[in-house]
Amino acid sequence: MDASTTAASVRGPGRNLHRFANPGRFLRLSGAVLPWLAVSGVLVTAAGLIWGLLFAPADWQQGDTVRIMYIHVPAAWLASSGYLGLAICSLLSLVWRHPLADLAAVEIGPVGAVFTAICLATGSLWGKPMWGAWWVWDARLTSVLVLFFLYLGHIALVRAFDDPQRGYRAGAILALVGVVNLPIIKFSVDWWNTLHQPASITLTGSPTMYVGMLWPLLISAIGYTLLFAAIVLARTRAAVMERRIRALLMAQAAPEGAAQAAA
Amino acid sequence: MPDLPFNTDSAPASAAPAAAGPALSAAGRFAAVLGRELRLSVRHGADTLAALLFFVIAAALFPLAIGPAPETLGRIAPGIVWVCAMLAALLPLDRLYGADFEDGSLDQLLLSGLPASLVVAAKAAAHWLVTGLPLMLAAAPLAVMLRMDPEIVPVLLAGLLPGTLVLSLFGATGAALVLGARRGGVLLPLLLLPLSTPVLIFGAAACDAAATGGDPAPHLLLLSALFAAAVPLCPLAGGAALRDAAR
Repeated sequence: MDASTTAASVRGPGRNLHRFANPGRFLRLSGAVLPWLAVSGVLVTAAGLIWGLLFAPADWQQGDTVRIMYIHVPAAWLASSGYLGLAICSLLSLVWRHPLADLAAVEIGPVGAVFTAICLATGSLWGKPMWGAWWVWDARLTSVLVLFFLYLGHIALVRAFDDPQRGYRAGAILALVGVVNLPIIKFSVDWWNTLHQPASITLTGSPTMYVGMLWPLLISAIGYTLLFAAIVLARTRAAVMERRIRALLMAQAAPEGAAQAAA
Repeated sequence: MPDLPFNTDSAPASAAPAAAGPALSAAGRFAAVLGRELRLSVRHGADTLAALLFFVIAAALFPLAIGPAPETLGRIAPGIVWVCAMLAALLPLDRLYGADFEDGSLDQLLLSGLPASLVVAAKAAAHWLVTGLPLMLAAAPLAVMLRMDPEIVPVLLAGLLPGTLVLSLFGATGAALVLGARRGGVLLPLLLLPLSTPVLIFGAAACDAAATGGDPAPHLLLLSALFAAAVPLCPLAGGAALRDAAR
């Protein structure tokens, strides 16, 4: 803590973005926020899912299968907005060399990949009773699958370098290149749909959704968002601490370096 | 290491534009780097042909696996050609910067006064001339062998032209990103193939549209738009990655 607060005074108060770059201040702030975020995330998600899975009305056409929506749709939203967050962190790290953005980008990757996997798995479970197939090569499924691969590629790339800085930079560039691709993947829904899959999905026809189904969906989406933020925050904290422990171990390993670290 | 003598050859070739200094304009330096790449690939003739051979052989496996029935084969021929072309275009990327990175020529290239983004653009242009263009030329006879309707072959080629250009630009960017990574050669396809899916989608969709009596023009235009967007963006991203790798 002491070493990092002195680092902050060197950095100067002028740059707003870098105010949170100080690891000590980040650990203190995030440590205060994290319990609230985690608890509210669990509670709101539980409330949304219990309402959706047990009390919300069943669909007149799909029956109880529609309840998969309360798990599936928020995961899909978080999968794509998580990638957006990854891209924003990458921009911060590339343009302003923000050290915490580097760590956050590295930690968003696996979390976003898990949410994408949840989205794909529940979508597959939903597809079996509705379409009669676990997997359909529909544009939306394919685009989410590509998103999953983009996450995995980012995860693999940032961890593939011996020099972590090089990994952060390469990962950031890849994430930004991927975000250029994201709208293309999204728009391919229309073009691909008309060719290969003529109107097999009516699930996205949300105008027919009742308010009684919309509320639990929105609540579980908020819960998912809080959970996502809590997990990323906890992972980033762990990464900061890991880095600090490694620095301490290095200092211990070199006897003359230990004196410098203590100073 | 059979390619050692060529690598030692290459060092003075890359030093030449740097030594000439201000006498060369940016275009002149670009041409010098491009010329060096082409010279090197001519000297590595076997490496250059390997991608093309892979393309032909991989595509020739499909009739053996699926059976020679013309209607099945003709239906999936555009997809076979596109997928095989994508995979074949990946093959030479591993060595696109590899030799230069190892023997220090990359540092000289970056010091030559040519911006890093233009180095990437030159590499992409060389990759297309050496790999993309031959793939395109081989695709036409291959498509006919796969029993594609000969009337659709021009559409396939019209899609492959911007498609292979985009693949070269993406490839030069991706190769710069993984430069110096552990297992970079394995990592590269994992990064590039998901990014290249739009190319495959529009390229194959153009052929499908033509085969079913539709209009392939929208897909070809989208493919060209993708190329137009990639021309400025990919060298920019690749240049940033290249500067990081050389640091």
